[in-house]
Amino acid sequence: MSDTKTAPEAQARKIPAPPVTIESKPFWDAATEGRFLIKRCNGCGKAHWYPRALCPICFSDDTVWEESPGEGVIYTYSVMRRSPTGPYAIGYVTLNEGPAVLTNFVDCDFDQLAIGQKVKVKFQDTENGPPVPVFSPV
Amino acid sequence: MSIKGQAYIMGAYEHPLRDAPDISTPQIHAESAKGALADAGLTKDDVDGYFCAGDAPGFGGMSMIDYMGLRNVRHMDSTETGGSSYILHVGHAAQAIAAGKCKVALITLAGRPRQQKFGGFGGGGRPGQLTDGPPEAGFENIYGGTTHNTYGMCAMRHMHEYGTTSEQLAWIKVAASHHAQWNEHAFLRDVVTVEDVLNSPMIADPLHRLDCCVVTDGGGALIVTSPEIAKSLNRPKVKVIGAGESPKGPMGGHDLDLTHSGALWSGPIAFEEAGVKPSDMKYASIYDSFTITVLMQLEDLGFCEKGQGGKFVADGNLISGVGKLPFNTDGGGLCNNHPTNRGGITKVIEAVRQLRGEAHPKVQVPNCDLAIAHGTGGSLGTRHGAATLIMERE
Repeated sequence: MSDTKTAPEAQARKIPAPPVTIESKPFWDAATEGRFLIKRCNGCGKAHWYPRALCPICFSDDTVWEESPGEGVIYTYSVMRRSPTGPYAIGYVTLNEGPAVLTNFVDCDFDQLAIGQKVKVKFQDTENGPPVPVFSPV
Repeated sequence: MSIKGQAYIMGAYEHPLRDAPDISTPQIHAESAKGALADAGLTKDDVDGYFCAGDAPGFGGMSMIDYMGLRNVRHMDSTETGGSSYILHVGHAAQAIAAGKCKVALITLAGRPRQQKFGGFGGGGRPGQLTDGPPEAGFENIYGGTTHNTYGMCAMRHMHEYGTTSEQLAWIKVAASHHAQWNEHAFLRDVVTVEDVLNSPMIADPLHRLDCCVVTDGGGALIVTSPEIAKSLNRPKVKVIGAGESPKGPMGGHDLDLTHSGALWSGPIAFEEAGVKPSDMKYASIYDSFTITVLMQLEDLGFCEKGQGGKFVADGNLISGVGKLPFNTDGGGLCNNHPTNRGGITKVIEAVRQLRGEAHPKVQVPNCDLAIAHGTGGSLGTRHGAATLIMERE
């Protein structure tokens, strides 16, 4: 968080610990190591998000974890102005691998966010849980 | 109509596990579905009806439909009667098939009570423990999504793709307020202007406070009867002539398109069954959690071309007595009432008032004989269920 005029809106909102399931545990274990994983299906070849054991495109159960650079473009966003911890930005990123990912945009001037802007993943700490993927403009 | 001989059970599968520490409840639902579909010789894309009960994570099957990527579902039923739910679902599925609402119904059950030592169920659980709630929760619920900013994302994208403006959205609130002034029970009765909406505080870009619906306590109820009972009662008859429903979700992140809603599918089903067109409607109750909700649904239902909603709602076109399509003449969720954050029932109630000729005289549509009530539940910004109902005065 910064109090300078150029980046006043670095996210102050704390992100809660994500609920981790037996199915999503490998993702969060990798996140703890700073690696961003997505799932890809060996049946149809497509990547999907959020990660599932069965492919939501073709229903094959042959899905595998794949490390992603976490790069993409902003599909849409909204800056929440009514928040006790100050404004924060939620939005979707269309990953270069195809699927859209719901996330927060951090470490940026919210008034400069734009649809189509290139962004990259980073991880933000949570309280008593694994770090979660967030995105910043590149 | 009877269900006798109208439906067959053609696939059945019992999951082999009796102790499942290593797979999630959604996965057991999906593996069971896959097994039953394989048994029947069908694929998930053949499924157009989905039935589940309280064991399905998320609400009303929305999470499971999205988890499994059931793209073609047009009939949904999450009736919960405990352990008997799935027997009851077969009966309901037969009714739906007999009525032509679906052709391939999928019923699933799954759970992991032996794993409760590992954490709470239903999305809870303490940090560090594994949970077994809605499968999307860990990837979505942490980002501070509210109704305001998830609908804000839809509005932002709609503006980007179609040039829709805040001024155009504001006209929807203006129209609702013109109607609410005549409703003595309305939560907000003051007529507002486009400027009032634009000058109200920004809540979640690009939605202002007056783009949002009210938060109200309250409730409502409806009575639906057989034709014989209806004939015996001394009240104007409102006939149900068409209904459609559809889920919509990201389905693995490939079907996001936040500029349209499930109305794109539920609308045509309802209009076709009723044998009428959008342009035949004399009155429309359109779910109005936010101004953008109305705009997107009007487009998806076919009241105007996709992307032309902004032009359609401008200049008072939704005001009764002024424009082409009188909408939400009770003041809607934007001004009148949104009881317990579920606005569907008030949409039907005002349509019934209009069809009976019992709306307030200042907003009553003359000779109102055909009306639509349409709504979405869940979030347009993530996953939702759409429902369209067409009614006729008899």
